[in-house]
Amino acid sequence: MMAEVLRRTWAMTWKDVTVELRARERVTAMLFFAALVLFIFNFALGPDRERLAEVAPGLLWLAFLFTGMLGLGRSFQAERENECFEELLLTPGDRESIYFGKLAGNVLFMCMAEAMILPLFGILYNLDIWRHIPALALIAFLGTVGFSTIGTLLAAMTAHLRAREVMLPLLLLPLTVPIVLGSVRATDAILGGGGLADVSHWVKLLVGFDVVFLVACPLAFEFVLEE
Amino acid sequence: MDHPSRLGRALGALAGLVLFVGVYLGLVLAPPDAVQGQVQRIMYLHVPSIVTAYLAFTVTCVASVLYLWKRDLAYDAVAVSSAEIGVVLTGVTLATGCIWGKATWGVWWTWDARLTLTAILFTIYAGYLMLRAFAEEPQAAARYGAVLAILGFLDIPMNHMAVQWWRTLHQPSSILRPGGPSMDPVMLGTLVVNLAGLVLLYTYLLLKRIRLERARHRAVALRLQRGRRG
Repeated sequence: MMAEVLRRTWAMTWKDVTVELRARERVTAMLFFAALVLFIFNFALGPDRERLAEVAPGLLWLAFLFTGMLGLGRSFQAERENECFEELLLTPGDRESIYFGKLAGNVLFMCMAEAMILPLFGILYNLDIWRHIPALALIAFLGTVGFSTIGTLLAAMTAHLRAREVMLPLLLLPLTVPIVLGSVRATDAILGGGGLADVSHWVKLLVGFDVVFLVACPLAFEFVLEE
Repeated sequence: MDHPSRLGRALGALAGLVLFVGVYLGLVLAPPDAVQGQVQRIMYLHVPSIVTAYLAFTVTCVASVLYLWKRDLAYDAVAVSSAEIGVVLTGVTLATGCIWGKATWGVWWTWDARLTLTAILFTIYAGYLMLRAFAEEPQAAARYGAVLAILGFLDIPMNHMAVQWWRTLHQPSSILRPGGPSMDPVMLGTLVVNLAGLVLLYTYLLLKRIRLERARHRAVALRLQRGRRG
């Protein structure tokens, strides 16, 4: 039973990854957008290195989240444009596998973008991030999972709306405030030289958020996709 | 329909009466605060508003669960009506909080934990109302709305924790703390009367708004029926 769900989830993820490998639309757009965001922040805040270092964790996460949002907005685009939502629903088995498959794809694409943003960020802002990569990667992963759990659900929901481009960020950002706060605070402490032990309460919050919505969102997904 | 409207009118009159007494108590009878002076009186509106708003969002969450379970649009009417009133009450809380902040801290807005939390709450449920406005048909609006209301409600405790750790500037709650209320009995009584008044007003508005929503459902159904015949 469990193996069956995993197999279906994998099929769904693999479909999205194959589409992406052939079209290279989403990840390319995300990367280019992320680079631009890092540039624009620099122009907006001026070249003062100390000031930039102070706000760097927030900037990094804004780049992550904006880029992630761009990816999430496109996660049901292929189905919508080709009008094959019904076919998606006809796939055998529980709707949960559709959700988890889409979620895995979204997390994967967002993590890929983050893996490129992080070094670029270190270089452009002259920050010594290299020693902290494992801790930063953990925080980034936990934050990305939390952001994508709600994001994938809301992307499916807003895909049918007239004002989908506007509604996704409007609904997603207020709901993910704990993720934003937790990730930014933890990143700040880690860049300041602290270890994971110093930010254990934020890590616990991120894990708690991820677990709650990993349980709640697949259940809610059934109601969203219903026709 | 006659009976419920008579009940509604009685509720409205009672709410008005209690709120009138509440305003009198708050502005005249209750003593000015020892430290904050007259400004503190804004608390008699500020605190009951947010308490009633939380009550409203709880009702929305419960009604949303019931809708997804029973699929009766009557539950959805309760959910959306309650959410609308909740958003208004959250707005009142934010506005009174700003005024109080300007008089006490010297600034309209600070990123104090509870103020921030209230602002997040406001954006979540304002988003809920917008989402419903953009959905094409009542059933879709109800389903999406119900899902979002439940997610939003689950989100509140985590927002609370995150914001609490992030910063705390707000004066600590004076009533709900170990060791019992540390408040003058007249002030406490004034607060309770105002809270009762706002809860009554909420119930009155809720009943009115539900009737409106039901009438809207009937209008949509009638229009569909006529469209089919013609």
